[in-house]
Amino acid sequence: MSATDTPASLPAPSAPDTTRRSPWGEVLHSLFRSGTFLTGLFILLFWVVCALFGQHFVPYDPLESDIINSLTPPAADHWFGTDQLGRDVFSRVIVGSRDILTVAPLATILATLAGTALGLVIGYFRGIVDDIVSRVLEAFMAIPVVIIALLAIVALGTSKITVIVVIGLSFAPIIARTVRSAVLAERELDYVAAAKLRHEGALHTMFVEILPNVIPPILVETTVRLGYAIFAVATLSFMGFGIQPPSPDWGLSISSNYGMIGGGFWWTVLFDALAIASLVIGVNLVADGVHGAFND
Amino acid sequence: MTEPSHPANALELKDLSVAYRVGRRDRAVLRNVNLTIKAGEAYGLVGESGCGKSTVALSVVRYLPRNGSITGGSIALDGKDVMKLDAEALRRARADSVSMVYQDPGKALNPSLRIGRQLTEIFELAGVTGQAAEDKALAMLNRVRISDPASVMQRYPHQLSGGMQQRVAIAMALANDPSMLILDEPTTGLDATVEAEVLDLIGQLRRELSASILFISHNLAVVSNMCDRVGVLYAGMLVEEGSTKDVFNDPRHPYTVALLRCLPRGGQRKDQGRLDTIPGFLPGIGATIVGCAFADRCALATERCRAEPPPLYDPGGGRLSRCHYHDKAQSLPRATPAEIVAAAPKQAPPVLQVEGLNKTYASHGRPLRAVKDVSVSLRAGETLGLVGESGSGKTTFARLLLGLVPPDEGGSIELEGKKLAPRLASRSEEQVKAVQIVFQNPDSALNRSHSIRHILSRALKRLGGLSGKTLDTRLEELVRSVRLTDRHLAVKPRQLSGGLKQRVAIARAFAGEPRIVVCDEPTSALDVSVQAAILNLLADLQSRQDVSYIFISHDLGVVRYLSDKIAVLYLGRIMEFGPSEAVFSGPHHPYTEALLSAVPQLDRTESSRIRLDGEIPSAANPPTGCVFHTRCPRKIGAICETQEPELTEAQPGHTIRCHIPYAELARLQKPKVVEPA
Repeated sequence: MSATDTPASLPAPSAPDTTRRSPWGEVLHSLFRSGTFLTGLFILLFWVVCALFGQHFVPYDPLESDIINSLTPPAADHWFGTDQLGRDVFSRVIVGSRDILTVAPLATILATLAGTALGLVIGYFRGIVDDIVSRVLEAFMAIPVVIIALLAIVALGTSKITVIVVIGLSFAPIIARTVRSAVLAERELDYVAAAKLRHEGALHTMFVEILPNVIPPILVETTVRLGYAIFAVATLSFMGFGIQPPSPDWGLSISSNYGMIGGGFWWTVLFDALAIASLVIGVNLVADGVHGAFND
Repeated sequence: MTEPSHPANALELKDLSVAYRVGRRDRAVLRNVNLTIKAGEAYGLVGESGCGKSTVALSVVRYLPRNGSITGGSIALDGKDVMKLDAEALRRARADSVSMVYQDPGKALNPSLRIGRQLTEIFELAGVTGQAAEDKALAMLNRVRISDPASVMQRYPHQLSGGMQQRVAIAMALANDPSMLILDEPTTGLDATVEAEVLDLIGQLRRELSASILFISHNLAVVSNMCDRVGVLYAGMLVEEGSTKDVFNDPRHPYTVALLRCLPRGGQRKDQGRLDTIPGFLPGIGATIVGCAFADRCALATERCRAEPPPLYDPGGGRLSRCHYHDKAQSLPRATPAEIVAAAPKQAPPVLQVEGLNKTYASHGRPLRAVKDVSVSLRAGETLGLVGESGSGKTTFARLLLGLVPPDEGGSIELEGKKLAPRLASRSEEQVKAVQIVFQNPDSALNRSHSIRHILSRALKRLGGLSGKTLDTRLEELVRSVRLTDRHLAVKPRQLSGGLKQRVAIARAFAGEPRIVVCDEPTSALDVSVQAAILNLLADLQSRQDVSYIFISHDLGVVRYLSDKIAVLYLGRIMEFGPSEAVFSGPHHPYTEALLSAVPQLDRTESSRIRLDGEIPSAANPPTGCVFHTRCPRKIGAICETQEPELTEAQPGHTIRCHIPYAELARLQKPKVVEPA
């Protein structure tokens, strides 16, 4: 365009409207007005604080056994009672949040990263790439996590890393599917055509042009997956494939104590179960809130 | 105009004020609107988007969104106060006396019910059942002149075209024989030919029914053809009211004056002068207004206008104007000077040469010829206008040029004498930046996650090959050339109005000094005052940079204003191609004739229009012979059905695809004194 001055006669357009909140501001605003989200966040933050600092404020060492006081019911000195080795259940429940809150979020992040990249690629290229990859993903999704976990443990041995990789990779296809459908809608928009008309490469178009616009569904899916990941970690620990003793992990504790429910020692299992339930509910409330905030 | 059959007013709004609650504040949308519609009268409500037109309609049936509330005044329907009705009485009033027809018939009809079911339901609610209800439904479809109503009854909404859907919506609205019919932009989404049919239908029904009509539209020409009286709404206030003829021919409010001047009228062209514009913007909803709401944008405004809110003056003759200086309104100075620098005569070699371009899609195993054998040429600095109904192949042709879809083997596209590869990926950088586009919808065309600076810088980097300091300098120039400022660079598209977003899109297309810019309905999503500014900008950029435009629009007035050449497309074929003036003034192809005659016009004096019967046929199964013969009002006989006419040169540079010889077309079309678009 030439540098000649524009005719002064054309009316000057007005200033941009900067008073309006940005879309993200809008989302945060409605998040913090949502009771669902705030309740979920409160529960989640409670467990995060327990995971980070729990060991400093619990009354007993969660790993120290005290055989004389084994299996005492809940009382003033042991609020949640003790287990068969005499370990304080309350301290174990509080500190037991640590492993699950490391493993589940890391698995979810792995699933999100892998799923997003995969979803962008199949949604953007469509055609044969989509047809093949989507069928593979569907086949993968049909296999229960536990079977995949068994295979992985045989191959890699039991460790937290294995659990993260197993859960991360088995959740990735679900996230990929969500991202794919968002990308399919997005790629029909004219800004994608405009990018093609600048000879932009596929990577630029996918990650710079399209990705920022599909973040909302990704965030929603991620929070939902986090809930499932917590469940999956607990399940694997319970089955002995996940977090290993002597961790006070909830799934592990339930697994080693559930035989004693029949003997009336309900407190060795109930509080761990409630902890898992509360964390999953908390995360799901957060997920509901996030979903609502993006879909208002 | 029909005389009121009974004295009661069909609708009376007294001091109606409505507010929407946004961010814990009530924001005024309507401010003391007084409006009376007499029985049997058609009243038009016009104004730009955001002025409160639809809110009036929703208030009448108390159907405001949850955050809306009536903060003052009263609404009387047939003498009954709507505000005082309890839920049951309100429901009865909605069922018996008021009906609404909305803009998008596709959304107004239930997609999972057959048309017959939806229509009979209305009669069943009124107590008619069984066969009787079905007969009534059938009669209703007959009344809205749907051909083969029995089969339409069996169909689902998606199996009908937009025009048919709107007819069904009108049939449903009329089923309960309402005393008040509210039409909210009933033809806005339709093609000009279909729009003309629907408007004709409404006009005919008016004579048959007793209903009063509230007709809401942003299209002044449509309102002028349909209504007895008209009210102009601005910032939620009625600023002018009077008989349609008076208001449009002798406006008494500067806003009406300015609005009328924004439209390209009477065959105005870009080389004859700029369009006038309205500076500034509509006050935001809920803005505090001291004095006259229009004062900030009015060149006639004085201190008095800014301080003292004007009352509704009565200039006589049943008119009202909310302007202190209503007697001087028409002396409103132009906001944009008309004079332009005369463009250099164009004798350059063609910048674009398209030969025998075809595009065939596969549709259910059958070939669908979206573009068939199209050849056009265009010189530098010229505009080629593409006109035709939706489905005529305009957009496909544009996408072929851009390389977004590859054409069939065979044809060729040459840019400045060099062949353009069919696929975008195989075109050179030079060729890619030479052909750019301004899309119809800037919301879709601009990435909502990126700032304006990012969007334009990226275009300058990729298309202009710039970086660093030179990029910044050019960015500043580019922004200035589309009349934006630095302030606009930091924001995201959503913070800009539609017109400003379209300026950004134009700047992006011009980043690499293009030779050809495709403009695909660039102003159809904009208000007329904004449209005028964008058209002026496009014309200015063209005369300064010698760029060529391929201009697609359904608004023939706009196409005529900007185009040097016109190609009329029908089912992917060029029916007529030639210099803009020759195509518009005729003699022209019967299809062009019909298109021109369908356009509602402010200045139209005669009322005989050519009607096209039925819908545009499917391109997957085009008629034999001349593809237009099924709808052609000038069909001459069997030859039209069996033999496809050649595109023959009627005059140098003006070709027409018709069996009727040019001289005969001239004779047939002569008696009509049409002042097209």
